[in-house]
Amino acid sequence: MQLVTPAIGLVFWMLVTFSLLLFILKKFAWKPILESIRNREQTIEDSLSLAEKTKSEMIRLQGENESLLAEARKERDLLLKEAREMRDKIVGDAKATADEEAKKLMNRAQDEIEKQKSAAIAEIKREVSVLSVQIAEKLMHQQLENNAAQQTIIENQLSQLN
Amino acid sequence: MVATAILSTFSIVSAFSSHANDAGAETHVNPEAGHSAVHDEHAKPEKYDPGKMIIDHIADAHDWHLWGEGHDAVSISLPVIIYTKSQGLVNFSSARFEHGHAAYEGFELNEKGVIVWEDKANTEVIYDISITKNVLAMMLAVITLMLIAIGMANTYAKRAGKAPKGIHNLIEPLILFIRDDVAKASIGHKADKYLPLLLSVFFFIFVNNIFGLIPIFPGGANVTGNIAVTMVLALVIFLTVNLNGNKYYWKHIFLPDVPVWMYVIIIPIEVLGVVLKPFVLMLRLFANITAGHIIILGFFSLIFIFGSMSQGLGYAVSPLSVAFTVFMGLLELLVAFLQAFVFTLLSAIYIGMAVEEHHH
Repeated sequence: MQLVTPAIGLVFWMLVTFSLLLFILKKFAWKPILESIRNREQTIEDSLSLAEKTKSEMIRLQGENESLLAEARKERDLLLKEAREMRDKIVGDAKATADEEAKKLMNRAQDEIEKQKSAAIAEIKREVSVLSVQIAEKLMHQQLENNAAQQTIIENQLSQLN
Repeated sequence: MVATAILSTFSIVSAFSSHANDAGAETHVNPEAGHSAVHDEHAKPEKYDPGKMIIDHIADAHDWHLWGEGHDAVSISLPVIIYTKSQGLVNFSSARFEHGHAAYEGFELNEKGVIVWEDKANTEVIYDISITKNVLAMMLAVITLMLIAIGMANTYAKRAGKAPKGIHNLIEPLILFIRDDVAKASIGHKADKYLPLLLSVFFFIFVNNIFGLIPIFPGGANVTGNIAVTMVLALVIFLTVNLNGNKYYWKHIFLPDVPVWMYVIIIPIEVLGVVLKPFVLMLRLFANITAGHIIILGFFSLIFIFGSMSQGLGYAVSPLSVAFTVFMGLLELLVAFLQAFVFTLLSAIYIGMAVEEHHH
């Protein structure tokens, strides 16, 4: 019976002690502790979300870099291609010009040759006619009796020269 | 109050030293025989009474028994503070009672250790607000708790945002456990308001339970296994629940959602429930902790019960007894936490039921 009868003294001291405990701990312990725990949790959460954000930012930047790089590569390829084309074109043009020039030169040379040839031929014809006259003169001088026959022979010879 | 407290402290120290001297002197005189009748009674070997020993250990006392038996006992005499209408506030050391063998200023200790009038015919009520063993043990536990908790708060303020260190690593999970799994789980978004109370209740019970398991001073007192202590704790919860109960709480009690003719049965049950909930809180903690102490002491008693039959038997039983006691001690460590947790959890649930918002 003694065990289950609350003693008035202990009830009194318990009330006093527990009230004090409640007041002091609430004010000086639980509030600051809970506050710091909450702050710490907030800090951790913030840091984590910041890290997450940084990570996604990094990934974004990396992607951007890659696309930039790809673009640059494409640009470079394009430039190279263009340069190659340009070179080919220039070389082609040069070749064409040279060909044309060569052809022109060739033509001119041919013309000149032709002209020279015809001039030479005319010259020769003239020479030949002079020579022929001289030959004829000589022949006439030597063989005057057979004039007609001689004339025929000379004319035949001349026509063969044409 | 302050003056009394200072006086009490002084009287603890002086009582202890004077008593220690007494005990020393006594041991010197003892072998030379020639004692008073009272002493002779103690000199002959007393038959071992485990029931009395156990009750002595779990009950409150006006002195803190340390070691030794009978006249060789060494104990700390605690201050006695008594209020009576006729004599007002009286304050003296419990050493004056000489363990119930002497009366002082008209008061004496009865065989149960309760202060009564020396004059048995006097029926005036005695208000005994002495600093007893349980009061002192409770205060020491509370001071320890305050030092740890306030120290923790200061350290946290200094090391803001950093991880906890040392003993705080042990306490913080408990705080978080009470906050997240007890308060928030049971009360919801209003938990923050009741959290300091729940934390204080939890740690008060936990620390006192642990102190109760330490066999020597300043532990060993059966504070949380004392009905007065658990009664005050339950009272605090009772007041918190009923002073914070909202209209839904009271409606549930006095206008429950049942047919009107059933009110005759339901309302008395609900009203009884309001009182019964804290009452059960009080009993559960008291019974669990007291039972734990009784079992441990019981196992120890086995040594002396068998020892009183034959000395050899006593020695033979002791290893078994010690093994059982160690096992019980470990179990009690679990119970120390468990009962603190259960008390706090049920308190939180009762508060949660009282402040819960219903949306019908």
